[in-house]
Parts: sequence; structure tokens; C-alpha cells
Amino acid sequence: MKRNLNFIEAGSLLETSETTSVELTKIYLEKIKEADELNCFNTVSAEQALDEAEKSDLRRQQGKLKSRFDGIPIGVKDLFCTKNIKTTASSRILSNFIPSYESTVTQNCIDAGLVSLGKLNCDEFAMGSTNKTSYYGPVTNPWKSNKSDAKLVPGGSSGGSAAAVAADLCVASLGTDTGGSIRQPASFTGTVGLKPTYGRVSRWGTIAFASSLDQAGPITKTVEDAAALFEIIAGHDPKDSTSSTKEKENFLDNLNSSVKGMKIGIPSEFKSDDLPLSTQKAWDDCKKLLQSNGAELIDMSLPHTMDALPTYYIIAPAEASSNLARYDGVKYGIREEGKNLIEMYEKTRSVGFGDEVKRRILIGTYVLSSGYYDAYYIKAQKIRSLIKSDFNQAFEKVDAILTPSTPSTAFEIENEPTDPVQTYLNDIFTVPINLAGIPAISIPFANDENDLPIGLQLITNSFEEQKLLNIAKNVQDTVNYESVPKNWWQK
Amino acid sequence: MISGWELVIGIEIHAQVKSKSKLFSSSSTEFGSGPNSQVSLVDAAMPGMLPVINKFCVEQAVRSGIGLNAQINKKSIFDRKNYFYQDLPQGYQISQFKDPIVGNGFIEIETDGQSKKVGIERLHLEQDAGKSLHDQDPNLTFVDLNRSGIALMEIVSMPDMKSPEEAVEYVKKVRSILRYLDTCDGNMEQGSLRADVNVSVNKPGDDLGTRCEIKNLNSFKYIHSAIIYEAKRQIKLIESGENIIQETRLYNIDSGETRSMRSKEDAHDYRYFPDPDLLPLILEDDWIKKIRSSIPELPDQKKERFIREYSLSEYDSSVIVSDKSTSDYYEKVVKDRNPKLVTTWVTSELFSVLNKKNLSIDESPISPNHLGELIDNIDSGKISSRQAKDIFEEMCETGESANNIINEKGLSQISDEGELEKLVDNVISSNAENVEKYKNGKDKLFGFFVGEAMKLSKGKANPKVLNELLKSKLNT
Repeated sequence: MKRNLNFIEAGSLLETSETTSVELTKIYLEKIKEADELNCFNTVSAEQALDEAEKSDLRRQQGKLKSRFDGIPIGVKDLFCTKNIKTTASSRILSNFIPSYESTVTQNCIDAGLVSLGKLNCDEFAMGSTNKTSYYGPVTNPWKSNKSDAKLVPGGSSGGSAAAVAADLCVASLGTDTGGSIRQPASFTGTVGLKPTYGRVSRWGTIAFASSLDQAGPITKTVEDAAALFEIIAGHDPKDSTSSTKEKENFLDNLNSSVKGMKIGIPSEFKSDDLPLSTQKAWDDCKKLLQSNGAELIDMSLPHTMDALPTYYIIAPAEASSNLARYDGVKYGIREEGKNLIEMYEKTRSVGFGDEVKRRILIGTYVLSSGYYDAYYIKAQKIRSLIKSDFNQAFEKVDAILTPSTPSTAFEIENEPTDPVQTYLNDIFTVPINLAGIPAISIPFANDENDLPIGLQLITNSFEEQKLLNIAKNVQDTVNYESVPKNWWQK
Repeated sequence: MISGWELVIGIEIHAQVKSKSKLFSSSSTEFGSGPNSQVSLVDAAMPGMLPVINKFCVEQAVRSGIGLNAQINKKSIFDRKNYFYQDLPQGYQISQFKDPIVGNGFIEIETDGQSKKVGIERLHLEQDAGKSLHDQDPNLTFVDLNRSGIALMEIVSMPDMKSPEEAVEYVKKVRSILRYLDTCDGNMEQGSLRADVNVSVNKPGDDLGTRCEIKNLNSFKYIHSAIIYEAKRQIKLIESGENIIQETRLYNIDSGETRSMRSKEDAHDYRYFPDPDLLPLILEDDWIKKIRSSIPELPDQKKERFIREYSLSEYDSSVIVSDKSTSDYYEKVVKDRNPKLVTTWVTSELFSVLNKKNLSIDESPISPNHLGELIDNIDSGKISSRQAKDIFEEMCETGESANNIINEKGLSQISDEGELEKLVDNVISSNAENVEKYKNGKDKLFGFFVGEAMKLSKGKANPKVLNELLKSKLNT
């Protein structure tokens, strides 16, 4: 079997009977076992996976395929509720939680015949940029610097989802992105990560972090894969009031990589002397690449970019503080007994949540408190609408915007800054997109001087994922980035 | 009420929306089902669950707003009211804070024949919480989530009421309007309608006093006595030089007293913010118009019509229309009948039986049809009023129809002149002495002859015909 089999290829191999879903599933289950050290999975649901794979093979024999991707094994972030399979959000408080229901996103995958290998590690309740806040321990990035043997973070919060794809422990995976949680880990692991338009993908059954920002999306090996998996999970869901009624498009079949005549915006606010030279160079190279492929570069401005991070760190914790109130030890999850109700709450939540989650609940509670609400929450909402209008104005002049995905490449697990604000800066290029509700994709472009992947971010207007994928494909096909991590973790 | 003092009262009514399913989920709202048998994943706040607005509940709120002569807001917003409690699964209640679905309105109330406007500040939609059961186990609290997520309308009045009587009339009137609109069943015993009452006292001409809120009053009687107790308590405090502390109080139905629940300082900081799981609620003009055109006749209009059509007195009309079921009952009986007779029978005889037996009109032992039949018999002279009362009593006991009772007992009145003439002749011939005395000027004896004739007829003689016959025979 080819190393790093992608989604489209897997589909073809199954179609031409060069492999079966059971065979593929077994190979991946074996790879997952060997990659224990990476800690990508919280739960491997081997039995259910093989069972589903068998059913898929039977469907194929009977010509009753659910989709052309029927039988492909994928990984699912442990934030999507999966029926009868433990779903923890990488939190101790849900460490015993087995849903009786299937999230819309994973149901859509089931309806397409995809096989879930298990639940992927992530930051606790998707809060983090390193995957270090997980109750189940950090995920290790399959990539290593060519100058050191130190273990690196895969990024977060969908760290397990990105690392598993990079290490080829699944064909593709599902992540969620609230402030960069798909794009930043994709950038750190040399994978493709798509954050769709807010409302494109149903949030029903996905454990909420910040409801007005959360959006599920694929992490894949290619742009085509991203188009295919996105097409599977997207669509209107009457169970989610914020779900868009827009018709789902055939993103994969409609892929067209021409960028001729397209206007690509380069926002001045993303330029910085702090940007690593290699990242700056990748950005510049990509501009040239697009230009030589027929696109026009436009210097432009997104004036409120620098306000995005503080805005995000008011709105997201505010919503989270309320969303996480339901984890109180009363109905499900763990409970620490106390003398009375209040003590039970305090003990359960003290033990059940990790430090980062507690920090954000405290921030969120504070900014919503009477006397502070106007100064923080209302002000943040006002800035949020300014950020939105920045993008609206920009898209009157440009088709897409090109930026780096992250201000750095993957860093050492042991070297995370002690000041949380330093860690929050990881999201500086990605959060404005969530605040504006628009789609963006991170694609691998080059490796830095340490041989670590650099991701670039493309952004388009709401519901223009097709255009986004088209431009991304143009870059992908031109640059031909083919690096994969050395598989040092295999015993 | 208490001389030298003025009372200011404002009321928040929590009215359960009459609908089959909950505000944000499809679970049933039926009362009295087994614990936790009507709980969806959303009601139990399972991870990843999302609310979806129940359009019918929105329609009910708009209908209620129209009935309260209030402004319907085309854009309203659902907010989260955050607090922790075991029977609040989400850790927040979805409510409306800054932008309610219904704005300013008013209703008319009447006390001692004086009518008065009471302002409505707003009506908003919110979720009910579950129910905590503390009496099932000495050490544990049980939680029943059947009620969790049921739609409530919170109706907030202006502080326009000045006496406990006005307060009670206000709640009665709102309840009546909602029942006419069929947006709330108004069942106070089951908790479908409950009131929080804000009370303050002040000397005439002074600024308003500090108010206290008495929570969760679920009968008119409790509203009345809680206000009186609370006003007296506040006056006593002020007169002894103490300050009123703004606080929430609970009314104890056994002692008739209110006691402090929490002061303003201990009040929760609910951290309201717009619920990001729900988009702003936008109402189309046409939709509101459609609802407006489907609003039934409301108590005030009905009262005027009853006065016009059935020549009812102001008072009788008010009494009859105050309850929709009563007015429906009345209209069924009065159709094609003598309104005066019907009004008397409904307001005096029927009401007194219902009061005595503590029954609502819906539980009346006498159906509108049966009462109508009885009245027909009176009106046609087939039975006397005296007989009618006996028959009515028997109807109450047995549920039999008037005609059946009349036929069975042979109670119908003798109005036939020929038959009565025989009786009269009989009485005259067998009482010659008294006839003589009567003719010589002892007029008072007339009653004696009537009584004798009645006796002979076993009480069935039509008194009017009998009187006439006797008069003409005796005077010749």
C-alpha cells in the first residue's frame, strides 16, 4: 500500500477492487497501534470500524454504495458526539460520557459510507493551540526538526486530527475550528485544513466551545480531498438554527484550478518584522506563483486585524463560560460528591476541568458580569462587526486574500511559553476569519530551515468555498509540495 | 387600605403557553405524566444539543400581545440567563431580556364599578425550569425535567395598581384574556399561571417607597392576603423608623406571612447575553396581520355586546364575561330565550350551586341544554317558579333533564281553565260560610280560597289563572 494514501486515491482503489474497506481499515488500525507514541487517538473503535468496513464491502459487492467514497477509513475529532462511542472533548469531566446520539457531521459521514477508526485527541473542549490542554496528554507532531530530536506540538485544538493525517493514521479526518483550530494544526503538520463559512456545516451534536464561531471542517492530504470531505459533511440542518439553507454544491467535481484574472489581496496588517524569514519567503513565493499563473496581486488593508485577537478572547470565553455550565455533575459525566449542591458543583468542576478551560470560564464569566458587560462584551461585538465590514469591503475589490496561516512553524512541546497570551498569539492570523464567519483554508507550501512545514492561508467571502478550493488547488498543483514526516514513531 | 398610606403594586405574571410541544424542543407538555417521561436530548442539555424555536409558541405570544393591546416587536432576541441549579440542565435559561417579543400595552380593570387602565410594560417568552423534588428521600433531591423547556410568557405590568383588590382584578383580567385567546389555560393550581407581586408603600405626596417582591403566588386569595400582609409589614417598619430593604420574599400560605428569600445584595448576576445558538426572531408583517385577524371576541367587547343584545346590566355582564367558559355557557342558554329569565337563573341559582359545591362552570352538574329546557318550561307557564326551583335542585342531584323530572313526577302546572273552574266551584260550594264573609267585605279571605284550591290541585294550579277565576266567581 502506498504511503500517505489520500481520499481520492482510496476511493479509486476501492472502486477498482485493488483493496477492500476491511483491508484498508486493518492497515490503518495497525498503523494506529504502531503510532501509540504520537497519542493521536483518545479512543480507537476497532471493532465498530471493522464491522462498518465489512458492511461497506458487502454494499460494494451488491452495488449498493452509499457514495463513491464508501468504505474509506477516517478519524473523528473527539468533539463530535458519536452514538455508543465514548465522546470526551478531551476533558476529564466527560471522560465517561457515551452519547446515545450521532452528530449531524458524523451522521453525514456514515450516510456516505465512511468508516470511523476512532476519536482523535484535541485540546480540552477545543481550547488551545498546542493540544497540550487535553486530559489525555499532548499529541506529538509527527514532524521533527532536522536540528533536534525534541518533540513538537501538532498545533491545536484539532491536533490529533492533523497529526493523524500527517502520520497517515487515517485517510482524512474531521476537525473543528473556532479561532484557527483546523488551520493552525494543518499548518504545523503539512496538511490541508478547511474552515468553512459559518453555517455551512451543522453544529448539532458537536460539543460547543463558542457557538457563534465554531465550525467543523476537514483536515486532509490534498485540496481535492478537502473538497470531497467538505461536500460530504456540509448542508442545511433544521436542527441547527444557525445552519445555512444554501444549496450544497459539488465542490469536488467543480474544482477548476485556473486563477487567471483573479485578484488576490495582500493585507498590509499581516506583514510583520516578527515573521520568520522562511515564512515571509513562502508568502512571497506564493504571491509570485499566483501572479505567474495569471492572478493579479492587490495591496490592501484590513484595518482592524490587530483588534481581532482581544475581541476573540472576549467573545469566545464569554460563550464558552455559558456553554460549559451544563457540565455540572448532575446529569452525565463525572460527579464528585459534596456536602451540598454547591460543594458538589465546585468539586466536580474543579476536578473535571483543566487549567486552560477554567481560565477561559473565568474570563468569560468576568466579561459578562454586570458592570463589565458593556465595556467588554458589547465593545467586542462592535469591533467584531468592524472586522466583518473590513472583509466585506475587501471582497468588493479582491477575489481572495493570501496570508501566512501562523506566525511560526511547530515549536517544542516543552518550550511552550508560560504566558498564555504568548500562546494565544498563535491564532493571530486565523481568528479574524472566525469573527467574520467567512471560509479559509490552510495549505502546505514549503518547509522552513528546520525542515518543518509552513502553511499559507487563503480566505474568500462567505459561501465562496468553491473559489477558495480552486485557488488552493492552483497553488497546490504548482508548488507540488510532497514532503512527509519521517516515520520515526514506528517501532 | 390603611389610612394615611398609599400602596403601589406592580405584577409579573408567568403564564404557561398553551402548546403541544416545548419552546425549543418537540417534547410533549402534557401535565401529570411520569417523572422524566417528556424529556428530549435538548431538554436535558446533552452535549452538542441546540434549541430550535417552536413557531406555534411564538404565535401564541403574539396573540397574547394583541389581546393585551400591546405593541408587537418585529425583531426580538433570545438571551441566556445564566445561573446554576440542579433543575436547570443547561446552566442557563433561554429568555428575552433587552428585546422582548411584545412591548407596551394596557388592559382595563374594574373595581367597585370604577374602571381603570393598567399599563403592560412587556411580554416575553422564556423556558421553564425542571422541578426539584426534595421530599422523596431524606438525603437526596430528585429532579423531574418534564417541565424543563416548556414555554412561558412573562407579562410585566406597570406599577399602576393601588390596592390588593386592583391587583387581584388585574390578574383575573389577564387570566381571562389569555383564556379567551386560548394561549394559556390559566390553571393556577397546576401552576400554569402564577404571579410575582411587587409592593411598596409611601405617604401621599412622598416619593415611591422601596419595593419588595413576593414570588410565586398561585391564587387570587394569596395575592390579596400577601399584599395586605406585606403592606402592613412595610408600614410598621417605616413607622418604627426602620428602612425597607429591597428584597425578594416568599408568602407562607399557612401563616399568611411573607419572609425574606434573598436581598438585592445576594441577587444573582445572571450575565445575560444574546443566545448565539438562536438567530434574532424576525416577524413578518403579513404573519402578524393574519394572527390579528384571527383574534376572537375578548371580554371587554363581549361585555358591551351582552349589554346591547341581551339588555344585561353592567354588573351582570361583567360577571358573566369575566370567565370565557361562563360566557360560553350563558350564550348557549340565552340563544332564542328570554334573556332576563336566563340571566337570573344563571347568576343566582346556578352560581350559588357552583359556589356551594366549589365547582367551575365546566364542571357544572347542569348542562346549558338542560337549564334551557327548564327555563322554557317556566316561560311557557308549564311550571311555576316555585316548582322550577325544586326541579332545579333535583337536576343538580341527579343530572336528569327538566322534562324528564316534570313528566316523571307529573309536576306540570294546571293552566286549563275548565279543569281549574271545577276546582274553584268545589272550593266555593264547600266553604259557603267563608264565601258569605268575603262577600260582606272580609277581603283578606281571598288568600284562604287560593290556598284551598292549591291544596286540591296538589300545588299544580297555575296561580295566575287560578286567581283570575276565583276573583270572577267570588265577585259575582
